[in-house]
Amino acid sequence: MTTARDTVLARIRAALTDIPGHAETGTPARGYLAAHVPGGPAALLDLLAENLADYRAHVHRTTAGALPAMLARLLADRGTRVLVTPPGLPPDWLALATVERLPDDGSLTAHTLESVDSVITGCALAIAETGTIVLDTGPGQGRRLLTLVPDHHICVVRADQVLASVPQALPLLDPGRPQTWISGPSATSDIELDRVEGVHGPRTLEVCILD
Amino acid sequence: MSGAYLGMPAFPEAAKTSTKNEQLRANLTHATHTIRDKRAAAVGELDDWAQLRQAGKEIKDNTLARLDHYLLQAEAAVQAAGGTVHWATDAAEANRIVADLVHAKGESEVVKVKSMATQEIGLNEALAAEGITAYETDLAELIVQLGDDLPSHILVPAIHKNRGEIRDIFAEAMGRWGRPAPDGLTDRPADLAEAARLHLREKFLRAKVAVSGANFLIAETGTLVVVESEGNGRMCLTLPETLISVVGIEKVIPTWRDLEVFLQLLPRSSTAERMNPYTSTWTGTTDRDGPQEFHLVLLDNGRTATLADEVGRQALRCIRCSACLNVCPVYERAGGHAYGSPYPGPIGAILTPQLRGLQSELEASLPYASTLCGACYEVCPVAIDIPEVLVHLREQVAEQVEGHRVERAAMKAATWLLDHPAALTAAERAATRTRALHPKRLPLPGPAKAWSDTRDLPALPAEPFRDWWKKNRKDGSR
Repeated sequence: MTTARDTVLARIRAALTDIPGHAETGTPARGYLAAHVPGGPAALLDLLAENLADYRAHVHRTTAGALPAMLARLLADRGTRVLVTPPGLPPDWLALATVERLPDDGSLTAHTLESVDSVITGCALAIAETGTIVLDTGPGQGRRLLTLVPDHHICVVRADQVLASVPQALPLLDPGRPQTWISGPSATSDIELDRVEGVHGPRTLEVCILD
Repeated sequence: MSGAYLGMPAFPEAAKTSTKNEQLRANLTHATHTIRDKRAAAVGELDDWAQLRQAGKEIKDNTLARLDHYLLQAEAAVQAAGGTVHWATDAAEANRIVADLVHAKGESEVVKVKSMATQEIGLNEALAAEGITAYETDLAELIVQLGDDLPSHILVPAIHKNRGEIRDIFAEAMGRWGRPAPDGLTDRPADLAEAARLHLREKFLRAKVAVSGANFLIAETGTLVVVESEGNGRMCLTLPETLISVVGIEKVIPTWRDLEVFLQLLPRSSTAERMNPYTSTWTGTTDRDGPQEFHLVLLDNGRTATLADEVGRQALRCIRCSACLNVCPVYERAGGHAYGSPYPGPIGAILTPQLRGLQSELEASLPYASTLCGACYEVCPVAIDIPEVLVHLREQVAEQVEGHRVERAAMKAATWLLDHPAALTAAERAATRTRALHPKRLPLPGPAKAWSDTRDLPALPAEPFRDWWKKNRKDGSR
């Protein structure tokens, strides 16, 4: 019996008879730039901060030493009572926070996460040119739904995690892990092309960049 | 506007109505001009845009040239990562596969992230016939669904609606589909988005099965990629237990590295952003994170027929950015519904007739829904020469379809006249002497009258050029 798979593959092969030796793959021209911004690490951090802010993320610049105080203040300012945290989050980050913590052990449901106020994560890397942070469910990031259901996401980016461009970032990422690339908070432009932040994902994204 | 695209009137007839809709034209002019200006700025930031565009074109062409190989590679990779792969030759087969998968889970509703492929195959209607309700979760798709309407733009499907119309739709229809709109809903975009958030969240939290499309399918790794803005995509791809992705076979790209090209080309071309707010990638299933059952449905539905056309196959490079719609003078005036397909605008004018064939009047009219101005080719991030394909398809229409007899007769008459100079001179003089009597429109029935229905005939000069030339040469003034 001929399956749909056989039919489609046969149609494709019949459609391509005009291409001589089509079994040989061509090599695409890659004359584009590996990155668009020159400059050292400090310039990259500035650009990341600028582009994230352009997407209306709240960007904070600080140092590793001052981070615990900053996180405590951000949570207090937000009025956060319950905070969800992924496995592998550096414990000292929250040393000064006085909120109720809900560590994810892999069993939290979307319904539970609906009632938490905030989530704090690290990231896999960040891309300065596009103002993007990438989560790959690694340590300190957790499952995908942790950064999706709560309305407030604080993400911490270390300076050594910041790359200039998409071409520089991709080789460092493992396609076998589910990834979420985030450029600013959830947004829509579906109504008269007016940009509105927050439809389904977190409506407030705060990014702490550590110098 | 309720109902499917199939069987809709031919483009000229549909456009005759839509171009007279002033609200529609105002909405469209505002939207297309805003987005085209923003896009130009976003593209202008990249000095290597031309090289990226060339790379995008070549990657897609190379993939299409070995499409069988890359699809088999992708299939093996998805299966190795815990997914199941299904193949569908046409819409009916794809719809059957999805419906059976939903039935097998014992479910009667699914959440959907916006997908061109599922619109093309009429999945929602097919599922409804099986007693399964499909909830669209993209804000614009929700507006279209609640309004019993059809999408009119690839990127912003409700572009033809303004905020007042959207408010009325939400207030009237949300209650029938689930959580009603709050009392006293205003037409502020933020309030409308909030109403959609609340309405849809209860569906996300309840859904066991989700249906998506994909922007890219990576052959070497079996990874699928969805780019979006609102987070409804992330909801569908993350929360349900089962995920079914319906993906056209032309969406495959060879390598993970190739994303570096398309993730630069796509957002800037479509929403004019450096990057869209959310990009999700997934490879099969991941233990205890996201859907534990994943099905990929590979869809032909006319794509292999398109692939067989050496000129027309370049349409399969399309990454659905919609930049061509926003620069097209015909789309701007006629609106998306006039194209009678989920793919409107210039890309729709070449994709729809190729996917469906040129048999019916609608498909045969689409290659003529263009001024051939070339703006669509200029902005296309994968350099699809849309005007070239339009002309190519017009040739096919002219060969296959009747209705060009008048044109052929006129050309025959003109050829005879130009071969007989005395007759030409006499005809010209007769024409200019009687010019005050010429009508502005052609009164006779038939194609000539239809042509002059929407244009005035050109006015003739007071005397033929040859007479003028002779007279002025005699006077010696050059």
